[in-house]
Amino acid sequence: MSYQSPDILSANAKKILNDYIHNVENLKAKDRLKIPVQDMPAQDPIVRGHNLEEVAIGYTMEEARVEALRCLECVKQTCIDGCPVKIDIPGFIKHIAYGEFQNAVDVIKEASLLPSICGRVCPQETQCQENCKVGIALKDVDKSVAIGRLERFVADWEREQGNVKIPHVKPETGKKVAIIGSGPAGLVVAADVRREGHSVTIFEAFHKLGGVMRYGIPEFRLPNDIVDEEIDTLVKMGVEIKKNYVVGRTRKLNDLIEKDGFDAVFIGTGAGLPMFMGIEGENLVGVFSANEYLTRANLMRAFDKKNADTPIYPSKIVAVLGGGNVAMDAARMALRLGAEKVYVIYRRTEVEMPARKEEVAHAKEEGIEFNFLTNAKKILGNEKGKVNAMECLRYELGEPDSSGRRRPVVIEGSEFIIDVDTVIVAIGNGSNPLIKQTTPNLETNKWGNIIVDENQKSSMDRVFAGGDIVLGAATVILAMGEGRKAAAAINDMLAKEIAG
Amino acid sequence: MAKIVLKEKLSDTVYKMKLDAPSIAEERAAGQFIILQIDEDLGERIPLTIADADINEGTITIIFQVVGMTTDELSKLNEGDDIPVLVGPLGTPTHIKKHGTIVCVGGGIGVAPLHPIAEAFKAAGNDVKIIIGARNKDLIIMEEEMRKIADELIICTDDGSYGRKALVTEPLKELCERDPKPDMVIAIGPPIMMKFCAETTRPYEVYTEVSLNTIMVDGTGMCGGCRVNVGGEVKFVCVDGPEFDGHKVDFDNMMARLNSYKEIEQDKHTCYIDSMYEEKKL
Ligand SMILES: Cc1cc2nc3c(=O)[nH]c(=O)nc-3n(C[C@H](O)[C@H](O)[C@H](O)COP(=O)(O)OP(=O)(O)OC[C@H]3O[C@@H](n4cnc5c(N)ncnc54)[C@H](O)[C@@H]3O)c2cc1C
Ligand code: SF4
Ligand code: FES
Repeated sequence: MSYQSPDILSANAKKILNDYIHNVENLKAKDRLKIPVQDMPAQDPIVRGHNLEEVAIGYTMEEARVEALRCLECVKQTCIDGCPVKIDIPGFIKHIAYGEFQNAVDVIKEASLLPSICGRVCPQETQCQENCKVGIALKDVDKSVAIGRLERFVADWEREQGNVKIPHVKPETGKKVAIIGSGPAGLVVAADVRREGHSVTIFEAFHKLGGVMRYGIPEFRLPNDIVDEEIDTLVKMGVEIKKNYVVGRTRKLNDLIEKDGFDAVFIGTGAGLPMFMGIEGENLVGVFSANEYLTRANLMRAFDKKNADTPIYPSKIVAVLGGGNVAMDAARMALRLGAEKVYVIYRRTEVEMPARKEEVAHAKEEGIEFNFLTNAKKILGNEKGKVNAMECLRYELGEPDSSGRRRPVVIEGSEFIIDVDTVIVAIGNGSNPLIKQTTPNLETNKWGNIIVDENQKSSMDRVFAGGDIVLGAATVILAMGEGRKAAAAINDMLAKEIAG
Repeated sequence: MAKIVLKEKLSDTVYKMKLDAPSIAEERAAGQFIILQIDEDLGERIPLTIADADINEGTITIIFQVVGMTTDELSKLNEGDDIPVLVGPLGTPTHIKKHGTIVCVGGGIGVAPLHPIAEAFKAAGNDVKIIIGARNKDLIIMEEEMRKIADELIICTDDGSYGRKALVTEPLKELCERDPKPDMVIAIGPPIMMKFCAETTRPYEVYTEVSLNTIMVDGTGMCGGCRVNVGGEVKFVCVDGPEFDGHKVDFDNMMARLNSYKEIEQDKHTCYIDSMYEEKKL
């Protein structure tokens, strides 16, 4: 993928749409397969390296319709199998092809509550798009129908029309549900439970809502306005919000049920326990977890160096350890905060990187330097205890491990040193033990993840859980999927109690 | 959001505030802290120990010294004003039990967080000796409150303007030399003071607990910004602490980390002063 300006992409799409628009009914599969995939228009890489505006601009109406024409409307809809919440993908895409955007959104919203978010952050190339017959026929997953971009397009279109409907709330039932954590899992449970007329209170530890979507994922990938809008909808539905409230500290979980009279509790507290490498020098000044670095920059707004009180470390040369979305976000944020050079250090190769493909491509365009088959051995510091270099080791790929990925094996004697002043550790998150420690009867597995049954119910009566706190660090869409399941189970339980 | 219901100036730079925070007042225990922000959008999060709480009133008390931007702005708020972000109680409470003789050492503003701990140890039946130290007489706080608890109270100032002219480590050493030696020491104050208290008691093998005041962001164990090295292990002060075995804490690393942003903050502070100066000139 090489960068093309939005103007060129848009002009091309207009031309193609003109060629086909009169003949949509008669398009054959082989015609559709000839239509080129519509690239995502993006800000110029040099310009965007210095701002926090969203990188991906989103399709124009013509681009969306052309891309939609590429869908074969398969009989066996393998794309849907790949979608964790089973959106009727060909159904909504067909509406786009005909320019019926509202209908398209309505189809998506039957299954997914946060399409403008998922359209932006889902790893489509390992979900729906991995299974798309177009990509399979063209032997390139990058040539699959760009389902995610289309999802985003219609969701944005609806918002821009000012058309987003506030879901209908049934008459009050008198039942009370507490939701702990305001990430995607919690937000979805709030919406689905409130719709049934139960009173809902969200308890959030931070002063702003959205979970990782607020403090972790940067604005250049997911603008705050979009998250705000979802929360605004909940408030309009009558969901009560208690910020700065740490369940387990401000109040014990058991007290929510026993003293405050909540009829059900949903725990959606996310992963939120940064892992470190356990190597020498990791406590030096200038070493950060990605969580800390991104929280300072996003939630605490340290990117606004002039106005925000929270400082950010003045980095010139940054090494980011890891290969997931978190690593990409940290690397690209460091660049935007003024670093002159940013390295990503990853133990395996590009193929094994868990990050979304589009983010890796964007990072490369922006000049982030990738060092594959490399890992940190120790971090070196100066006499003031500040990072000034990092010793690395080279790896090669050996036999496949339990995850099926080929295991990286260290090459003995391959040590080398790079000069860096900042190291950001982005090798994953464990589960935060705060609630567990103060709720002894809540069962967790050896990684601290809450154990739930097929309805997301925990070992405790009336207590449900979902999202990263159950799955380990996963994805927005999986958190949302679990949230919907939990909400259905909670609604079920409460309905039975009301019926007596 | 929490309303300031009482504000008192304890010395030139030290203030006491009572905040309306019923749920925190109900849950808190000695040794725990809160995090606050002066501005929900652009403010930084700073941890402050809960010096006292009143469940009936639904209030907590904080005592702070003006040392940076946020404490400066906080000191300018008045009774009736709201603090937009207040979260707590955070941290693991002090493990209170009967040990026998306990020496509580408070340096400067550290006397504030020490007070509820000393009180709790006294209530648990310990013989509580208290050492208070500060640079000069003006900076001695809570003397009366401490006197009420202490079986023995020693006050020192660096310049000799009040009490003994000594560093707190001097009387601490004397107490360690007594027979029987203390069963436990708790030291709260500037990092350098806690480091030297720990060095003072080390040869006597008296368990010495210190309360660390690292940089924090979330206060719930999510960011790791507060991490310290304790006996070769990485600990998060906001959840594993704030209290640790002073003989095991790597104070030099902790102090270096505390200064991570010194240069930036100084720049910012100068900017701030410059802008105030310009505004006045206009
Ligand atoms: C930097 C980064 C980038 C990512 N990029 C992607 C991506 O591109 N695509 C993707 O699909 N996924 C991505 N993920 C993963 C995704 O964000 C998570 O899987 C998802 O947010 C999990 O949702 P959740 O609702 O379970 O929890 P979270 O989003 O983690 O929210 C949990 C919330 O609970 C609050 N909380 C925690 N404990 C308590 C308590 N005791 N009391 C009250 N509140 C509490 C937290 O403050 C937080 O707001 C990324 C993650 C990170 C960190
Ligand atoms: S697999 Fe691809 S081409 Fe087939 S229906 Fe799904 S999106 Fe359309
Ligand atoms: S302050 Fe973030 S983990 Fe302690």
